[in-house]
Amino acid sequence: MELISTDVGHKALLLGNEAIVRGALEAGVDITAAYPGTPSSEIANNLFFVHNKAPELLYFEFSTNEKVAMEVAAAAAASGKRSLTCMKHVGMNVAADALNTLAYVGVKAGMVVVTADDPSMHSSQNEQDNRYYAKMDALPMFEPTSPQEAKDMTIAAFDLSERLEVPVIIRTTTRTSHIRGPVVFGALPEKSNKAGHFDKDMKRWVPVPAVARIRHKILLEQLDKAQMEAESSPFNSVKGFGDIGLVATGIAACYVEDAIDMLDAWGRVRFLKLGLTYPQPRRMFFEFLRKVGRVLVFEELEPFQEEALKATAQDAGMDVPIYGKRTKHLSPLYEFDPLEVIELVAELLGVDAPKQPVPDLTDKPAIPNRPPSLCAGCPHRETYMAIKTAVEDMGLAENTIYPSDIGCYTLGLLPPIQMADYLICMGSSVGSSAGFSVATDQKIISFIGDSTFFHSGISSLVNAVHNKHKFLLVILDNSTTAMTGHQPNPGIELAPPGYDHPRIIIEDIVKACGVKHVRIVDPYKKDEAIECFKEMLALDELAVVISRAPCILYKRRVAGGKK
Amino acid sequence: MKKRIAFIGVGGQGTLLASRLLGEVVMSAGYDVRVSEVHGMAQRGGVVESAVMIGGIQGPVISRGMADVLLSMEPLETLRAIDLCNQNSVVISNTVPILPASVKMGVEQYPEVDEILNFLRPKFPNFYSLDAVALAKEAGTPKAANTVLLGVLAGLSVLRLSIDQFKKAIESRVKAKYVEQNLKAFDLGVNSVSSQSV
Repeated sequence: MELISTDVGHKALLLGNEAIVRGALEAGVDITAAYPGTPSSEIANNLFFVHNKAPELLYFEFSTNEKVAMEVAAAAAASGKRSLTCMKHVGMNVAADALNTLAYVGVKAGMVVVTADDPSMHSSQNEQDNRYYAKMDALPMFEPTSPQEAKDMTIAAFDLSERLEVPVIIRTTTRTSHIRGPVVFGALPEKSNKAGHFDKDMKRWVPVPAVARIRHKILLEQLDKAQMEAESSPFNSVKGFGDIGLVATGIAACYVEDAIDMLDAWGRVRFLKLGLTYPQPRRMFFEFLRKVGRVLVFEELEPFQEEALKATAQDAGMDVPIYGKRTKHLSPLYEFDPLEVIELVAELLGVDAPKQPVPDLTDKPAIPNRPPSLCAGCPHRETYMAIKTAVEDMGLAENTIYPSDIGCYTLGLLPPIQMADYLICMGSSVGSSAGFSVATDQKIISFIGDSTFFHSGISSLVNAVHNKHKFLLVILDNSTTAMTGHQPNPGIELAPPGYDHPRIIIEDIVKACGVKHVRIVDPYKKDEAIECFKEMLALDELAVVISRAPCILYKRRVAGGKK
Repeated sequence: MKKRIAFIGVGGQGTLLASRLLGEVVMSAGYDVRVSEVHGMAQRGGVVESAVMIGGIQGPVISRGMADVLLSMEPLETLRAIDLCNQNSVVISNTVPILPASVKMGVEQYPEVDEILNFLRPKFPNFYSLDAVALAKEAGTPKAANTVLLGVLAGLSVLRLSIDQFKKAIESRVKAKYVEQNLKAFDLGVNSVSSQSV
């Protein structure tokens, strides 16, 4: 496995996500935990592979959700073990309850929290800008622009975290997580097998109000120190000597540098590239603003740095114009298109952007869409078709709501299935079904996957029993976390080779929650499945059907792995 | 040598592997390189896009009209991605269609492959199409169509990269049991260039 190579100076073509893992290894990370989510998944997958291949290098676990993973990593760092957790942007919402107070109690050894945002929503339900978590929690944040930087920043983040005794955030986006580039390997440190030790200190680790008031003050003092670091960080730099100011972070910094190169404009611009992006280097901002006549800020999503620059200008009584999202030069929607960056920089320079001769393509033949869909032979498809038949036979088709959840089965929203009517977040199928059951007299059939059920379905199911909600919950148990690349979860029957963990039986949990009507079906046995759904729908009570058949891709992969 | 190479295909065609292989070749040849990949929903039979940026280009995304090369695994996807190209772009396209679900269900129509090719060929002087699946089958597996197309790219000498550099990357990056088939598929791709006019 290339990622654990001890060959110092080796150059590998790594994904940004892989480079973060390499950086963590070079920083001597000990304890890692995560719940998978695109675009962060390759971080967790590679930590899992490293742990399997070389358990002496690090501990890794797939935790049941991001909050649990955050807590595992937090306690490890409190015990003097360097730790890392990673998640997609919306996973941070789940983990935020832990992180918001973890910021107060802090860490002993370095702890890194990776959030992978998804501007343009390549594989997500929203495009929230998680840089606001750094601001809300008063925690330092790095944003890489290349895999090499992702590795270097991970090492720097562990170092900063350990010195300031607070967790440090690394924020990537789909593009910086999924870009491959050359990364030069450094040395892997010698690992000691010594267990960590947790030193009790009730004035530190137990944030009752009296302690929290002290810890909040300490957190803000640490943030001031982090600002001093940002002022002199090698990841924050100014290039060029012109009077047109350009500021950029993350992948936008790549587009801006490319645009300056293409327009041969280094003599006319002054480019501030930010890598340690929170807290902002306000003194550096001030010096930069003093030397330019106009500023254009390039950052995907919200005007995070733009507003900080404007605040700096206001504090200093400067009136230099600062353009960006607030001035509608750029949109807070979606990723940037490199061409729009080139055209904006050209406009600011008062030059023409180079134009390529493009043929007329207006009479292009009509192109059918090619949306992702459930695989041929997918067990979810069988479950959906059985329920469709049952619902149609019972005359319920017009009056049934299908709350859905996060996973491959969300693709059930597409024709011909069209059985996903409402979705907010992980676990919302169960909670929203409760709401629909009190708000409407419609029939409710909701869908949740096995991994999502463990992630955030269980407490809502307890709620549904206790508050007497009436709906049919279908747990689509395909024995893996399929959508994100087949990671194991606590309920799996089919374990990857060498994965020796106790199985938690879904039907036992459902029964223990107090659900009276619980059935298990094999969706490939069509007639039995249809009959079962009809019986459960006729009850008009809370009922759970576990539709159990392994993901066909995963089954093939595990079988292949055993050969 | 600043070049932007766009890859496009359908989930399962090896689009990401092909772009990664090219990335390895470029890196071993001593050029700066970045490869972009979009993971996730694409795996479920959707469109897969990737890009290889050569020679110091840092941004991983190709805007419309900016691709120097479009390497496409599927003719409909060539048509969908063609806006990335300009008149000077080299377009390399497989001719074997993969029908989208909506077409199989009879909801939408797939244009005739010849209609696609006849639309594109006169507009792009450097248009090159071939049945990469047939050549891949000749090499031992239809799955190596992606490697055939890489062979075409190598054979066209659009990039300053040697045939040997490609072969070394295949040997080091493809699973051992598939190396021989892929080397053969690559050669068939290279040779197809000299036997047909661009």
